[in-house]
Amino acid sequence: MSGDLLFGVELAVSGLLVGVMYSLVALGFVLIFKSSGIFNFAQGAMTLFAALALVGFLPRLGMGVSILAVLAVMVALAFAVERVVLRPLVARPPLALFMATIGLGFFLEGLAQAIWGTQPKGLDIGIPDTPYVVGGLLLSRLDLAGAAAAGVLVLGLIVFFQKTTLGLGLRAVSDDHEAALSVGIPLGRAWAVTWAIAGVVAVVAGVLWGSRLGVQFSLSLVALKALPVLIIGGIESIPGAILAGLIVGAAERLAGGFIDPLVGGGVKDFSPYLLAMIFLIFRPYGLFGREIIERV
Amino acid sequence: MVQSSATETGAHAGGVGGRPKLQVQGVHINFGGVKALQGVSLDLLDREILAIIGPNGAGKTTLINSVSGVYHPSPGRIVLDGENITYHSPARIAALGVARTFQNVALFKGMTVLENLLVGRHLHMRSGALASGLYWQLAQREEIRHRAVVERLIDFLEITHIRNALAGTLPYGLQKRVELGRALAMEPRVLLLDEPMAGMNMEEKEDMARFILDVNDEWGFPTILIEHDMGVVMDISNRVVVLDHGEKIAEGSPGHVRGDPLVISAYLGEEAAA
Repeated sequence: MSGDLLFGVELAVSGLLVGVMYSLVALGFVLIFKSSGIFNFAQGAMTLFAALALVGFLPRLGMGVSILAVLAVMVALAFAVERVVLRPLVARPPLALFMATIGLGFFLEGLAQAIWGTQPKGLDIGIPDTPYVVGGLLLSRLDLAGAAAAGVLVLGLIVFFQKTTLGLGLRAVSDDHEAALSVGIPLGRAWAVTWAIAGVVAVVAGVLWGSRLGVQFSLSLVALKALPVLIIGGIESIPGAILAGLIVGAAERLAGGFIDPLVGGGVKDFSPYLLAMIFLIFRPYGLFGREIIERV
Repeated sequence: MVQSSATETGAHAGGVGGRPKLQVQGVHINFGGVKALQGVSLDLLDREILAIIGPNGAGKTTLINSVSGVYHPSPGRIVLDGENITYHSPARIAALGVARTFQNVALFKGMTVLENLLVGRHLHMRSGALASGLYWQLAQREEIRHRAVVERLIDFLEITHIRNALAGTLPYGLQKRVELGRALAMEPRVLLLDEPMAGMNMEEKEDMARFILDVNDEWGFPTILIEHDMGVVMDISNRVVVLDHGEKIAEGSPGHVRGDPLVISAYLGEEAAA
């Protein structure tokens, strides 16, 4: 293999690995949007909240118990959000709910920092950041572990939604509210369960991203990386989020490796958004999103 | 002729009667200044098909919506098997066994026909799908039983060939049939059908009428059937209630209602009745 090609493959593979983790963050948005039609602006704050809580619990409880405790906190948070934020706003315009999630996001960021402090903290999950060498390719252990964890979670969610009665009920709610009510599924409880699942996703995303970037305020900005993923994949599609995450990850790394040196840098950072803009022009509902045709 | 009593039955039904399964008592619904329903009362008896007919805007769908909890009457009461359900939420009323279909079809369009019917079984799955999901492995035997119920319905409604098709991709007539199947999968105590034949051609209407009759013969779910077209319901209903401008203007056997001057004037205008 020539040097350039090897370099390209290496970038693409590491991009795909990071992409799985983008998919994971985007998945949190997709789950909530599908079930309740809300774009959950607080997803990033939930990720930060989960990571800060974990780091806060760690010294006293150890890794295993801490993760369980954080999961419990996020599930409790989901039910509280349904009761306090969503239920009073039932049947209000989507914009009202969107605004409410903005407020929720700031509240969670503030609450987390009030409890656990504003100092950036490291999160060591016991995986050294030294690369594996596979067939001449350098692959980060952290990327591999992150991709594996995210991949397992995504597969688990797919099985859950396709094969369990609970998953069937949640899919029913996301498909048609009126029909779901008519077979006796209470929307509020379904929303709470969905937010709980999005909370679990936030825990995994918080651990994986926190271990890479450190646990700090900017962790909630990882959610911004999910925006191009959502636009490219279609905000209603789980397979779309997965595929688009991979595309964004690979594109970002390839742009960083090949284009940045030519123009002096910067393309890596905006390449996902550029891709998203191209999609907005030519395929505004994304790869797998529902094409909405309205009579005007 | 006097208004029909509980003992007056149509030609085909066996065992209609007994205590009312569903009672609608003096129901008023107002939308701002519009009086959609003005003191409508009716009883639905076991095993009977009760048709509600009336011109556009008579309040037929509003009546179904107030039974299924979308609107809450004020004043007025909805009583299911002696239990007051007037202020229950739609999900709770469905959970008590009131199944319905919608005028404009509300299917889970992104799910298969089979899945649509399985969701209809949701209430019978332990304490409901939302609670039972995690015990999925343990519930295998129960799962097989639900499958059997659903497969029987698929067979009964002659939709075997489309069982794995996405509901949203089906032609309108078949969507209506799948929606009926989902309501039947609930093994309802009361079945509410909102214009099950609307927008169908003659052949599809006849098919749907046959299914409704067969369902009544087989399971005898007490059924309220809303229909705009008077001709269609005459053959399949035990009793008919006629609404006009939110009021009940007639009630009785199909033959009786057909000859009622008030009904004729509601449908054809004042002069025709004179």
